[in-house]
Amino acid sequence: MSDQKDEKKTNRRDFLFTATTAAGAVGVGAAVWPLVDQMNPDASVKALASTEVDVGSMQPGQSLTVLWRGKPVFIKRRTDDEIKKARAVDINDLKHPEKDEDRAKNPEWLVMLGICTHLGCVPLTDKGDYDGWFCPCHGSHYDTSGRIRKGPAPTNMEIPKYEFVNTNTIKIG
Amino acid sequence: MSDHEYTPSSKFGKWFNDRLPLLTLANHLTDYPTPKNLNYWWTFGGILTFCLITQIVTGLVLAMHYIAHADMAFSSVEHIMRDVNYGWLLRYVHANGASMFFLAVYIHIFRSLFYGSYKSPREIIWILGIIIYLLMMAAAFMGYVLPWGQMSFWGATVITNLFSAIPLVGESITTWLWGGYSVDNPTLTRFFTLHYLIPFLILGLVVLHIWALHVPGNNNPVGIDIKKPSKDTVPFHPYIVIKDAFALLMFCIVFALFVFYQPNILGHADNYIEADPLVTPAHIVPEWYLLPFYAILRSVPDKLMGVVAMLSAILILAALPWLDTSKVRSAVFRPLFRQFYWILVADVLILGYVGAMPAEGLYLLIARVATAYYFAHFLIILPVLGWKEKTTPLPLSITEPVLGGSPNLAAARSDEKIEKTIK
Repeated sequence: MSDQKDEKKTNRRDFLFTATTAAGAVGVGAAVWPLVDQMNPDASVKALASTEVDVGSMQPGQSLTVLWRGKPVFIKRRTDDEIKKARAVDINDLKHPEKDEDRAKNPEWLVMLGICTHLGCVPLTDKGDYDGWFCPCHGSHYDTSGRIRKGPAPTNMEIPKYEFVNTNTIKIG
Repeated sequence: MSDHEYTPSSKFGKWFNDRLPLLTLANHLTDYPTPKNLNYWWTFGGILTFCLITQIVTGLVLAMHYIAHADMAFSSVEHIMRDVNYGWLLRYVHANGASMFFLAVYIHIFRSLFYGSYKSPREIIWILGIIIYLLMMAAAFMGYVLPWGQMSFWGATVITNLFSAIPLVGESITTWLWGGYSVDNPTLTRFFTLHYLIPFLILGLVVLHIWALHVPGNNNPVGIDIKKPSKDTVPFHPYIVIKDAFALLMFCIVFALFVFYQPNILGHADNYIEADPLVTPAHIVPEWYLLPFYAILRSVPDKLMGVVAMLSAILILAALPWLDTSKVRSAVFRPLFRQFYWILVADVLILGYVGAMPAEGLYLLIARVATAYYFAHFLIILPVLGWKEKTTPLPLSITEPVLGGSPNLAAARSDEKIEKTIK
């Protein structure tokens, strides 16, 4: 051992050792990946990607909660007053600056994931300091546009991909 | 392992022991020299072993009746409660057993904190203990999800969402944990699998924990090193065995009071409502044993920092052997540390209390102060105390203060010194 110590040159044995270890690591990685990836959403979960909702009977001020991908989606037909309130906010005052115009393409309809961005509870509708939503778990207040105004949640409630199939039907996803 | 050679008396025993030294191990465990001044706070190791075995045995039989499916889990638990022979008993023992397990582990941990059992040369025992504690929390959390009630579902949602606080990859990690876009059937089945696995991991770590204990031997209320075996030690059997057995019986009385008289007092009524992904219960609280950490989580107004603070509160314990700079182990000889110790106990109890209360107003303020103090205790008070504190003199042996002949410790010490010089 001691006489080999001084020899700093890499030899064929070193090369083989490194190459074998590298090949082994790749092999182990390839074997472990299926064990990890099986926990990701499976094909049947992904297949339930969209939901169609009939909103024809909804009056201004009413809201509806539907289940999409196992998550609640809030559909709110906003009153003029609520729209006015949401649009009057100075965007610079917001923790997560987003214009109401960008969140509700059709101002009368607000469609968003009914999930508090803090730790995933379902906020209560028409509650809180800003007359929008209030999360009972850890006290986050959202305004009539679903934007975070007060409390621990870091961002506004998420807007999912959705479209009006016709005047009475919204397709989420 | 053993301090002396052991030879089995029978011929077969000798033949067997030469091939697999189980009898040597058994002999080591029986004769294992323990400090003779161990008090009842030292009986909780045995009690915890009992708790683990109880959970494994009751869990095993409950798994024969439980169905891990989002549509059937809730009713299968009701089926266990109403139809299965003694199902109510098995489930109540298992559910309250978790609480009893944590009660015992907290006493065990705070005993270590008081008597400095985490200090050199017992750091590895301590760190193994912290890992066991973390695994216990994981097992308890996943077990609580299995009945698929409202608290199960929303507790799982809140806790798994903690991972979404991780920058960049947080969302993908939560989706991966869920096996979907929310807590659902795939989440339930994997939690069941892991809930079944973790106790056996704990069992393995307990073996290492005890192994690591048997290398330096037990700490003791005086906290000084002792020679073993010596007149300061007694063999584990029968002395400690009988003391542990008595303490276990007392513990079982408390356990039985919960199981037979108040089986639901530690749970939440909301969990007898089936999981509903559209309705969050008005007030989500974890089980009592996680409340102090929940209070720390909520006391920080930022999501990521809240999660970091909560995890640090647990992981800081692993660094404790190096944060506590005092060479003296036992709080008995550390007058200042003793006061801070009791303040910490009060602080943790306060955190537990505010963790159960809504996170607003005065409660939030108290939670913030208590959280700050918790970290200050470990990061500022303990390191400084080690340098500044004037400790009272340590006895030379366990026997000395009792049989030293002189009520004056200093005198006894100088006597011993004289004896040494004469020799």
